[in-house]
Amino acid sequence: MKTLNHMRLQFDARPENESFARIAVSAFAVPMNPTMDVLSDVRTAVSEAVTNAIVHAYREQGGVITLEAALREDGMLLLDIADQGCGIADIEQAMQPFFTTQPEKERSGMGFAVMQSFMDDVRVRSALGQGTTVHLEKRVRALPETAPDVPVM
Amino acid sequence: MLTHVRKRDVLLVRLTGELDQCSASGIRRDMDALLSDTRIRHLVLDLGDMPFMDSSGLGVILGRYRMLQLRGGTVSLMHLSPQVKRVYDLSGMAKIIPVIEEKEAEE
Repeated sequence: MKTLNHMRLQFDARPENESFARIAVSAFAVPMNPTMDVLSDVRTAVSEAVTNAIVHAYREQGGVITLEAALREDGMLLLDIADQGCGIADIEQAMQPFFTTQPEKERSGMGFAVMQSFMDDVRVRSALGQGTTVHLEKRVRALPETAPDVPVM
Repeated sequence: MLTHVRKRDVLLVRLTGELDQCSASGIRRDMDALLSDTRIRHLVLDLGDMPFMDSSGLGVILGRYRMLQLRGGTVSLMHLSPQVKRVYDLSGMAKIIPVIEEKEAEE
């Protein structure tokens, strides 16, 4: 299927880039006329994925995060958020709600649960010592036959 | 950023801005400084000026709940934005940390 637009961002795994990443992705998706709710779901999921890279993959020691986004002609936003951090030993366990490797830091363990609940598809590829890529998909433009008459941003 | 009002053993904290992992440590530090006064038993968080929160915010709220629970106190929330409410509802935390109305907060 045809890709309408594509971008690739690389930024440091620093906490202040959490808001940068979610604003960048939401601005990228705006031409598809998403509803406010859809944009807010995307922002939240991006925030979770980028936070995971910063605090888990790189253990807050810094590194590089690559964020790739594409808008497909069928109205889907596709995201790949990748790090070259420590990797996830057990992806299934990591995705369990409330599971966290850092309870002492008051992590909620809800990062992947938020991504799964707010996005249409979440896929995780990870290799220990090599890094993790989180793939997220969300329909950002309503299907033509069901397009609701909603105000856009 | 936060501002606060105290009435007897109730601390009302109004949070502004976005609550993510980046802002969480500062908000946690400021709240804990206020909560170090152990006469405070109840915390009401007014999120009316906080349009965005991710799961890092859930961790902050849950952490303060655990702290006040040890004192026999409570935590409640008010004025959740639609986005904050979605994250909050997903967590199931509303069972232990209720969302209250303005009137209830004044009582």
